[in-house]
Amino acid sequence: MTDPTPESAQPRRLAVFLVDDHAMFRAGVRAELGAHVEVVGEASSVAEAITRIAATQPDVVLLDVHMPDGGGRAVLEAMRRSHPQVKFLALSVSDAAEDVIGLIRAGARGYVTKTISPDELAAAIRRVAEGDAVFSPRLAGFVLDAFAARPDVPIADPELDQLTNREREVLRLLARGYAYKEIAKELYISIKTVETHVSNVLRKLQMSNRYELSRWAADRRLV
Amino acid sequence: MIAGVASGLARHLGVPVLAVRIALVVLLGFNGLGLLLYAAFWAVLPQQAPTGDTPPRRDLAMLLPFAAIGIGVVLLQSLAFGDGPAGTVGWLIAVIAVGAGVIWHQSDPSRRGHWADNASQTPWLAAVVAESDRRSFLFRFIGGGVLVAVGIIGVVAIYSPTRGGLTSVFNGVIFALVGLLGVGVVVAPLLWRTFSQLRTEREARIREQERAELAAMIHDQVLHTLALIQRNSTDIKEVQRLARGQERSLRNWLYKPAASPTEKFAAALEQAAAEVEDTYAITVETVVVGDTECDDRVAALVAAAREALVNAARHAGVDTVSLYAEVEADELSVFVRDRGAGFEMAGVEESRHGVRGSIIGRMKRHGGRADIRSAPGDGTEVRLTLPASREGVTAGKETAR
Repeated sequence: MTDPTPESAQPRRLAVFLVDDHAMFRAGVRAELGAHVEVVGEASSVAEAITRIAATQPDVVLLDVHMPDGGGRAVLEAMRRSHPQVKFLALSVSDAAEDVIGLIRAGARGYVTKTISPDELAAAIRRVAEGDAVFSPRLAGFVLDAFAARPDVPIADPELDQLTNREREVLRLLARGYAYKEIAKELYISIKTVETHVSNVLRKLQMSNRYELSRWAADRRLV
Repeated sequence: MIAGVASGLARHLGVPVLAVRIALVVLLGFNGLGLLLYAAFWAVLPQQAPTGDTPPRRDLAMLLPFAAIGIGVVLLQSLAFGDGPAGTVGWLIAVIAVGAGVIWHQSDPSRRGHWADNASQTPWLAAVVAESDRRSFLFRFIGGGVLVAVGIIGVVAIYSPTRGGLTSVFNGVIFALVGLLGVGVVVAPLLWRTFSQLRTEREARIREQERAELAAMIHDQVLHTLALIQRNSTDIKEVQRLARGQERSLRNWLYKPAASPTEKFAAALEQAAAEVEDTYAITVETVVVGDTECDDRVAALVAAAREALVNAARHAGVDTVSLYAEVEADELSVFVRDRGAGFEMAGVEESRHGVRGSIIGRMKRHGGRADIRSAPGDGTEVRLTLPASREGVTAGKETAR
């Protein structure tokens, strides 16, 4: 999407910024990602992250969920309006639904857990940088659950509060551990179409007012 | 019959209840001695622990003959001796005794024991500040206090040397009220402080409990695991297994409500995945959408899924296996997928008893289906489907865990 184009790198490497309060984890990620992307900066606190992200203008920020002073959500809220071109990918050890849903609704383009392999993480960063969404199998599971057809839930806005059958199929395959390429093959659609479906789901996840989503968010006092 | 004093006395003395009652009523005549005694006994005697059977309803009609006898005796007495102040004083003292009894009964031993938890030295204070049945206590406390006050004021009015009549009594009442108000003003902050102290104490205790639980968990599990990891640091496989097992148990402890694997489909699947993780030192990425009750058929589905996981762990040669399960209104489905070696279905199926018996056969027996897709070098996916049982399906009710 956006191309800030750093002058030096010929085959342009993505500029990635790490936000995590664990120095050891930052060092690990930096080492793992070094071959794939350019790590342009690190921050260990919310305030530091806000100033340094504004200064370095990275393509993608890897954002930890749990930090003192508001965690990843505080960073997202501070940066999203002023720096819409910066993409955020949440990276956390937490598997709790509230964390996942809360970060996505605050504007993160994806959510992966810290157990992800370096190659997968690099692929996820690339995908987020291109404006697509990244769902871990677990996040796909959450979304399927949150959007499950339930007779007792009123649908205020069918466009936002329901998933299409195709989107559901894509999410199911994601939850089953399929890569985009494999999903495309399985459903006889192009990878681009898979990406479109996932992005649509992300939009619904961010905009929908379905009860489960607000509840998860409210549990953490995020809304 | 009113407070059960007569029957209690009768049981204690071994005489008929009726005799005790008549004796009390007759004693009424002598300056209200009967009532006085009744009140005194009621106030002082230990309360009998409630027995299992409910006491018979008090029959007001039964009181009538006693009331008649009592009134007769009182009339007789007043005719004989004239209505002196002594008789009135007796009544007033009875009123005082009843008031004191009301207050004292509020703090009978069982309750006092309960309050002792809160504030050991000052049971009545604790009673005022204890959050449970504080209102009923206040009600009785004030009622009893009013009775006592009325009694005392009456006695004072009768014996007061000035004999100033009602005005002096009113003055006395006003003075008493002012005095009480003063005491209240002095005591209220103390009460409030004690109350809030108790509350913080309770909160601190809860926090302390939580901390103890956390410390125990860390000690029993995390430190133990870390020690094991240090001892097995040369065995990568073992270290991975230990770390993964610890991670799982910490995660469960942090994020998951406890559900019994014998009752819930998701919990059963997660337990199966955990066992496979522990045994084969792999990671099973488990995603379950929805949940349902366990029955024989669901248990069979879980067993088949477990077998598929074991196969993947043993033969695929990968570190991670995906397990996805979804509960829908009409169907349960489980997918076990790995990106490992894969195999030629036609070639190996005969020799692999696990696949044929434990997965395909088991699913067929329970009315379900198992499909296995695999190709050499392209991983394996086992798909298990089971039509939903008639009842117990709560599709998507639980959050994905």
